[in-house]
Amino acid sequence: MRELDAKQITETVAQLCKEAAYYLPKDVYEGLKKGRETEKSPVGQAVLDQIIKNAEIARDEDRPYCQDTGMTIVFLEVGQDLHIVGGDLEEAVNDGIAKGYTEGYLRKSVVAEPIFNRVNTQNNTPGVIYTKIVPGDKLKITVEPKGFGSENKGGIKMLVPADGLEGVKKAVMEIILHASMNPCPPMVVGIGIGGTMDRAAVMSKIALTRSIDSHNPMPEYAKLEDDLLELINETGIGPQLGGTTSCLGVNIEWGPTHIAGLPVAVTICCHACRHAKRVL
Amino acid sequence: MAEPIRIHTPFTEEDSHKLKIGDSVLITGEIYAARDAAHKKMCEALAKGEKLPIDWHNKMVYYLGPTPAKPGDPIGSCGPTTSGRMDAYTPTMLEQGIKGMIGKGSRSKEVVDSMKKNGVTYFAAVGGAAALIAKSVKKYEVLAYPELGPEALARLTVEDFPAIVVIDCEGNNLYDVNQEKYRTLKGY
Repeated sequence: MRELDAKQITETVAQLCKEAAYYLPKDVYEGLKKGRETEKSPVGQAVLDQIIKNAEIARDEDRPYCQDTGMTIVFLEVGQDLHIVGGDLEEAVNDGIAKGYTEGYLRKSVVAEPIFNRVNTQNNTPGVIYTKIVPGDKLKITVEPKGFGSENKGGIKMLVPADGLEGVKKAVMEIILHASMNPCPPMVVGIGIGGTMDRAAVMSKIALTRSIDSHNPMPEYAKLEDDLLELINETGIGPQLGGTTSCLGVNIEWGPTHIAGLPVAVTICCHACRHAKRVL
Repeated sequence: MAEPIRIHTPFTEEDSHKLKIGDSVLITGEIYAARDAAHKKMCEALAKGEKLPIDWHNKMVYYLGPTPAKPGDPIGSCGPTTSGRMDAYTPTMLEQGIKGMIGKGSRSKEVVDSMKKNGVTYFAAVGGAAALIAKSVKKYEVLAYPELGPEALARLTVEDFPAIVVIDCEGNNLYDVNQEKYRTLKGY
């Protein structure tokens, strides 16, 4: 059985936290440039110019793209034939988050308890960790730091089967129109459809780790991604101050659901649609 | 876009009245960073009749929690945070003499009413342009609540800090005007 030292996991997570904070994924950067070419609002063009310049400064000078370096979501795909040695897996990941956020001069934005005593944990831990056991002997780590300006604007609707496709579109657009210019558009929208309430929410987060150039493999969902992108770009929300570039991409993940249900979860991400991956 | 208007602090009610929505500005001087936790602390102090750590008269507040500075830099990345989270505290704070607010996103009716009453302008900085905005910050000094870390009350010395007037002191709103202008969506 292949062995992997927990220390290597810590080092990798630390590195991925920094990379995600500094380097905007290429597909998002190109999406911003494309948006700048087609943006109709002069003030929208000026905003996009600043956002593109910001991405270049962050990339060239190893600086956080946004001051909200997020709560750290980590997806682990652990091969069932892999044996992790020298430490606890979740502890190794959290140690990596603490190391990355400290070494990388990233903002520590996590409080230990949400209502009664909101004290900052000082190292951005704990992360939100999702572990999946998969075939093989590798470990795939995906780090998705999630800023809360946009996270606060997401939503979930527990639709019923009779709502169908139109109901799904209506539910998504309600959430988007309510979010309006607040989640730092141009946004990237991750949608989870099906499963249970929690499963739909997790799928909406997984959807955001996909390139904005990609499509869901099932043609009907790929078309829904395109249709929703078009609708969001018709809202006038634009790049924060109104315009035609409201959204850079819509990614949908779906899963089997109950005969009585049609859950729809929407995670809105700002233009800082950050993620970094590595296979160990 | 028209040439930006240069603003020097202190920022008075008279300065505020000269600006209208869509004006692009470059701010030079001193602005004051405070966000959720600092606002809560200040409003709690006022409720108890205590003095605030600074006199807010003719000052500009910037809704910000920066990343830590790298060695040799005055500040880390420092873009605006969502202003709406401060709405519950804002009318109380505007009574303290603040004449300019810098943040991002919409404000409540109560805030806009208080802006009109007190002659206050609300500016947007570009959300997420945090590494770029840092270039205009020359100095960062924590003035109070250091235990809040990135949420501490701080003074920023800025040079040509870029912002746009989104709600003027008459209550005109650039977000509403521009969204309406570019909206082609039907049926939702």
